[in-house]
Amino acid sequence: MAKKQSFFSDLSVGRQAVIGVPYFWFVLLAAIPLLIVLKISLSEMEGTQVSSMIDWSNGWPKLTLNFSSYQFIVSDSLYIKTYLSSIKYAVITTLLCLAIGYPFAYFMARSPKHLQPTLLMLIMLPFWTSFLLRIYAWKTLLVNNGVINNVLMSLHIINTPIEMMNNSFSLLLGMVYSYLPFMILPLYANLSKMDLRYLEAAADLGTSPFKAFWLITVPLSKAGIIAGSMLVFIPAVGEYVIPELLGGSSTLMIGRVLWDEFFNNLDWPMASAVAVVMILIILLPMAIYNKSQADLAEGK
Amino acid sequence: MSQAKNNKLFAKGWMIAVYVFLYLPIITLVVFSFNDSKLVTVWSHASMRWYAALVEDSELKSAVLLSLEIAGLSALMSVFFGTFTAFALNRYKRFHGRTLLNSMSSMPLVMPDVIVGLSLLLMIVSVQHWLGFPQKGLFTILLGHALLGTAYAAVVVTSRLREMDSKLDEAAMDLGCKPLQVFTLITFPLLVPALVSAFLLTFTLSFDDVVLSSFLSGPGYSTMPMVIFSRARLGLNPTINAVATVTIVVVTIAVIASSFYTSHQERKRKREEAQAYSDTNK
Repeated sequence: MAKKQSFFSDLSVGRQAVIGVPYFWFVLLAAIPLLIVLKISLSEMEGTQVSSMIDWSNGWPKLTLNFSSYQFIVSDSLYIKTYLSSIKYAVITTLLCLAIGYPFAYFMARSPKHLQPTLLMLIMLPFWTSFLLRIYAWKTLLVNNGVINNVLMSLHIINTPIEMMNNSFSLLLGMVYSYLPFMILPLYANLSKMDLRYLEAAADLGTSPFKAFWLITVPLSKAGIIAGSMLVFIPAVGEYVIPELLGGSSTLMIGRVLWDEFFNNLDWPMASAVAVVMILIILLPMAIYNKSQADLAEGK
Repeated sequence: MSQAKNNKLFAKGWMIAVYVFLYLPIITLVVFSFNDSKLVTVWSHASMRWYAALVEDSELKSAVLLSLEIAGLSALMSVFFGTFTAFALNRYKRFHGRTLLNSMSSMPLVMPDVIVGLSLLLMIVSVQHWLGFPQKGLFTILLGHALLGTAYAAVVVTSRLREMDSKLDEAAMDLGCKPLQVFTLITFPLLVPALVSAFLLTFTLSFDDVVLSSFLSGPGYSTMPMVIFSRARLGLNPTINAVATVTIVVVTIAVIASSFYTSHQERKRKREEAQAYSDTNK
């Protein structure tokens, strides 16, 4: 039942404060900073200073837009290669998380009710312990003289250490490891609410469990699949810490390029342009995610 | 029914494998923190030497103190602004710019850290250019962590607000409560568990962050993750294992304690509700 707000209650001080405070906070710290990134991406470095976009020297403002950073990104094959390779790693990470996480969430949702809170907490617990330390832990496991190789060699299963570090294997392992809970949690939330009577009805009508799974369970968990995939894909595209610690120099990730442009080359316009293009890449997945969340909130 | 038995076995095996995958690195960290050898990955014999080294490590100690300070303050700010955000988005379904607020508040959740860090830093540098402040340091890191935390706190508070019975608010209003009184007498007490978990979550996020801090910190302000990250980049370092173990123990205790607290609160609330119903039916 939608109550129509009267004109006066619409202007009430309390309402304005409740809306105004978060508005001020996010405009200042989220919207304006992104506009500044856009602005700086359209300037260039003059010595150690960023060129100003508006020139007042003639007494009136003269707007200069400088697209040189973008031209550089488009013309330099290394940037394009890095963007494509970031998308590739993010897609593979998402698919692996889905392949591991979907059965897990499914089994968890079908396990005895009294066990589920504990199983859920065991998924959350690593999430609470430092992400950085857990990535570092993989380094101690994977290096040539690391724990896994040492164990395998002392058991005489292998004679020479397996190369597991600083390649795409260690990068993907670290990414799947870090983002798996983000896939499992929305899937579990979705699957645990599913009405099991649909499956009973299907079984009564003679559908095999396997067929029922693909025809009923998977379509009904679409919202969870979308939310989980977007929650993994979007941050994975821009990931910096995992490639830096586990990826080595051979794996190209755009988050590291942005970091290097900013901290090592001190080229702010270039770093901003790299960021703007990255935002354009994740804009569509973000829109899909926001829509799925809005649908969920409306109970669709 | 051996088919069903096989399926059950497969389900159990899959779940155990995932849990092993999630906990293997953590267990390795803890075990090797008690390793005497300088080589992190070769076991010699048990000792506490890296814990002793930790006590002497003044760089790390001051970093931990700075991280705790930032995490506590930013978690308070996050809960404050996050509660406002959740109220604005859930109590008022229609106002100009609601969609904008909604997408701005979910932006820090999904945007890669490097973009949030870069954009905030460029904003702070511009403000500094006009006004001469703020200097990069504790305050600027705090802003970054509070922005990220607000987004998470809003999600936690929102899910509680959705569960809450709006009839209670309406009843209080019918009995003559002003909106502010409804908040302080009814809504706020019911929200406390959600605020506590939002605080813990945003505290942990801040205590864990390395990317935003690296962008926003100034000289002399290194948080604990920044110190750990710079050491981990150089190679394996046994003191990191010791720090990790201490953090893991503290966090595990806190998480388990808080989950006991929430389930206790829940039971207490249910008991009181049942009591109230039986009282009215007398």
